[in-house]
Amino acid sequence: MNILVLLKQVPDTTEMKIDKEKGTLIREGVPTITNPDDLAGMEVALRLKDQYGAKITAVTMGPPQAENMLRELYAMGADHAVLLTDRKFSGADTWATSNTLAAYIKQVDFDLIIAGRQAIDGDTAQVGPQTAEKLGLPQISYVDDVLEFSKEKIVVKKALENNYEVLECPLPCVITTLSTIAKPRYMRVMGISHAFEKDVTIKTFDDLNIDPAIIGLKGSPTKVKKTFTKEVHSNSDILNLDGKSSARKVAEILMDMNFIGK
Amino acid sequence: MNFDLSPKQAMMQKLFREFAINEVEPIAADIDEEERFPEETVRKMSEIGMMGIPFESRYGGGDGDNLSYILAVEELSKVCGTTGVIVSAHTSLACNPIYTYGTEEQRQKYLVPLASGEKLGAFGLTEPNAGTDAAMQQTVAVDEGDHYRINGTKIFITNGGFAEIYVVFAMTDKAKGNRGISAFIMDTDMEGFSIGKTEHKLGIKGSSTTELIFKDVMVPKENLLGPEGKGFTIAMSTLDGGRIGIAAQALGIAQGSLDQAVKYTKERKQFGRPISAFQNTQFTIADLQTKIDAARLLVYRAAFMKDMNRNYSSEAAMAKLFASEVAMEVTTKSIQLHGGYGYTRDYPVERMFRDAKITEIYEGTSEVQKMVIASKILR
Repeated sequence: MNILVLLKQVPDTTEMKIDKEKGTLIREGVPTITNPDDLAGMEVALRLKDQYGAKITAVTMGPPQAENMLRELYAMGADHAVLLTDRKFSGADTWATSNTLAAYIKQVDFDLIIAGRQAIDGDTAQVGPQTAEKLGLPQISYVDDVLEFSKEKIVVKKALENNYEVLECPLPCVITTLSTIAKPRYMRVMGISHAFEKDVTIKTFDDLNIDPAIIGLKGSPTKVKKTFTKEVHSNSDILNLDGKSSARKVAEILMDMNFIGK
Repeated sequence: MNFDLSPKQAMMQKLFREFAINEVEPIAADIDEEERFPEETVRKMSEIGMMGIPFESRYGGGDGDNLSYILAVEELSKVCGTTGVIVSAHTSLACNPIYTYGTEEQRQKYLVPLASGEKLGAFGLTEPNAGTDAAMQQTVAVDEGDHYRINGTKIFITNGGFAEIYVVFAMTDKAKGNRGISAFIMDTDMEGFSIGKTEHKLGIKGSSTTELIFKDVMVPKENLLGPEGKGFTIAMSTLDGGRIGIAAQALGIAQGSLDQAVKYTKERKQFGRPISAFQNTQFTIADLQTKIDAARLLVYRAAFMKDMNRNYSSEAAMAKLFASEVAMEVTTKSIQLHGGYGYTRDYPVERMFRDAKITEIYEGTSEVQKMVIASKILR
């Protein structure tokens, strides 16, 4: 079984700052991490490998620095890593990104594609589903558990707003995973010791049979007009009361708002 | 000259830091309070390969280098000195002499389970009357043909009781003094080998420190480690390596403690300002971080020299001497920066202060380190 895992290196948004004048993200000096939903997807792949046996290929599109993330995935247990990198790919929105990923995936054999639900920097949740569409594959998004996996099919639990669906899907297909599906394992010391001896396959524009009009910034229908920090407007009343009367007041307010019964 | 970690070492550091923060820090205060050996942490460290970092994978190790191992002890000790010394004693004092002096059979039989983390290791040299004067060994090994009969008592043995494999020293020929000491590999299955008293200590309270009692233990000849009479040399060279581990533990405790003080002084307000805004706080922090960085350079240098297979005995002694004294100073001043709160168990600096002290004592006191350093300069 061949499993492709799609991952993205993202800025650690807990350390993210916005340049208020330019309205852009300040990326300098911000550490990068592997997108959490994607890392959970990687863990799912590793567990499937442990249980059923599989070859895992980690695939990312990004700048050359993304190679370090791929080496970390080797240290976790990936068998192969592929970096799609070219100046022509940069500035891509989700549509152009999924075009690029699909162009690569068309060249390789696979039984299952796992993508994280969404990335913490863009929060679109579009790349996995779009890639499935472009490959003409069935897809199940928001997967919270894998119940069965065989050469022919996969059975998963898909999270809906208030409940779950158990879905069965023939292979090959695409699933997108929630970060809650599995806690990613740690890298292994021995994995790190050998992660730098392994080859990361680099694919550039010339390696993919793709129309330059549908990739990168130029091929992106989405144009970011402005990025800004959301101002928090809170209408608050400040009351200075002692313990008992403040408790009474809070209870009254909650009753008025029907949060608690009278 | 290059002061950067290699990409591989940097990735190791990242792994150890994540592991320490997620798995070790949350229970550090509890295992101290309960004086409980963290068996679950040892199990988790085994899974990811932290119990045999610098040994080849054919011996169950992680194919890493000594500097990576030192980074592990540093990162663990930043949040928990107990966990740092468990790894250090196991790796430097049990795995390392078997790796360095063991036969291929001994390595397969004992190093593989140790380095893979399946079993924990320990080192038995100290006796009630043989501390710094390690040559005063009273444990005796009598050659009885196909085995040695060992009788005696060891004290202050780190990982005692939880370890299953021990590198133990005993006199095979009293008349020869230092040259009459031999090293043996012993395991807890051997009849007559028992664990005695468990010490209650000031710090590193989760670490197990016990007595080992040998009553007519028959140790097979094939468990002699290195040649007969070479025990003292083996012990001293093993301790050279161990000192880098303890220096890394001291370094970690110091950095962990200062990190806590930095965080606290930014949050704590007095006279309408965070106390980090006062120049006294700033100057104290500046001095302490400078000393910690100096210690780090000494510790990494010693590990680097070991990786280069150079003689590092004096450099290891300098690293331990300096880092342990820095750890005492930094933890003392970190409490001062916390004021009264720092004296309570609500803040980790109280524990770190208690953990720091031992680094000036075990695996050679500060005074022993000075003897080692001076003897090299004045020879």
